[in-house]
Amino acid sequence: MSDIQLVDAPAGLEGSGFFATALDKAVGLARANSLWPLPFATSCCGIEFMATMASHYDLSRFGAERLSFSPRQADLLMVMGTISKKMGPVLRQVYLQMAEPRWVMAVGACASSGGIFDTYSVLQGIDEVIPVDVYVPGCPPRPEAIIDGFMAIQELVKTETGRRREEPKYQALLAQYGIQ
Amino acid sequence: MSKIANEVLIIKLGDQFAGQVTELSQDYGMLSVETGVEQISEVLAYLKNDPELKFIFLTDITAVHYPELEKPIGVIYHLHSLTTNTRIRVKVFLAGDNVHIPTATTLWNGANWMERETYDFFGVIFDGHPDLRRILNVDDMTVFPMRKEFPLEDPNRIDKKDYFFGR
Repeated sequence: MSDIQLVDAPAGLEGSGFFATALDKAVGLARANSLWPLPFATSCCGIEFMATMASHYDLSRFGAERLSFSPRQADLLMVMGTISKKMGPVLRQVYLQMAEPRWVMAVGACASSGGIFDTYSVLQGIDEVIPVDVYVPGCPPRPEAIIDGFMAIQELVKTETGRRREEPKYQALLAQYGIQ
Repeated sequence: MSKIANEVLIIKLGDQFAGQVTELSQDYGMLSVETGVEQISEVLAYLKNDPELKFIFLTDITAVHYPELEKPIGVIYHLHSLTTNTRIRVKVFLAGDNVHIPTATTLWNGANWMERETYDFFGVIFDGHPDLRRILNVDDMTVFPMRKEFPLEDPNRIDKKDYFFGR
């Protein structure tokens, strides 16, 4: 036996020569293990994320091999660092340009709540302008914490329905932010 | 050219603007003078164009806010004479309800952004400025955040209330 770890198959009916499961689960499995992040790194947490991407922590193990600074084909917006009020509209535009399905992770105290910068020029948490799925605490969070947040996103993705957009709950959430 | 002595500067300014320029201090050997809003343009032009002084470099324009004073807003000019390596600081204090002052962009083009910044943070209106709008803060901001009456902390935050910390 090789020591390569494989992802477990979702729950389903197994028999000789066939395996039946829900399409949502199969799609969720594929999505969760090939999340393509869009790093939106503005400050120190971004440096921590660079360490997370580098060889020692190697975010690519999770299928996040393609990091691009473009909303094209990106599933996961990772906001890392202080977002000033002037940067808010830019961040929102990047989020709007991403196609569904999309998830958002707020890394570090600043992105989650404004952090130590409780002042007139800093957005007190990015959830004032875009919906957030996972908050990673820390100032800055260690790479392990970022990976933990990433795995929490993976759990969300696995258990989500394939048609998240049509859910009333999700539409109500987006309507809160004025997003169609 | 050696550094111009502060006494010489005071005498020259006193001769040119009798009673309109007063010495404030000489902190660390750098002269600070105060003048009125009516003379500031002439004083700056004199400091820049006088063949002996030649304060041709505008280091900075900024402002201060002392709410307890009769004239709470002070506009501060830092000038530097590159030929003699002399520095001078000129202050003009303005009443809180009428923070207008003539622009220095007629003398230095570099004053443009400095005055925009001073307007942005202190609300000082520079009359005659070609394009007086905010430069660092968001355009739709309605306050001048460096004034003392402005609360620095975001009033919308509830997660730092005292009872969360047993205070």
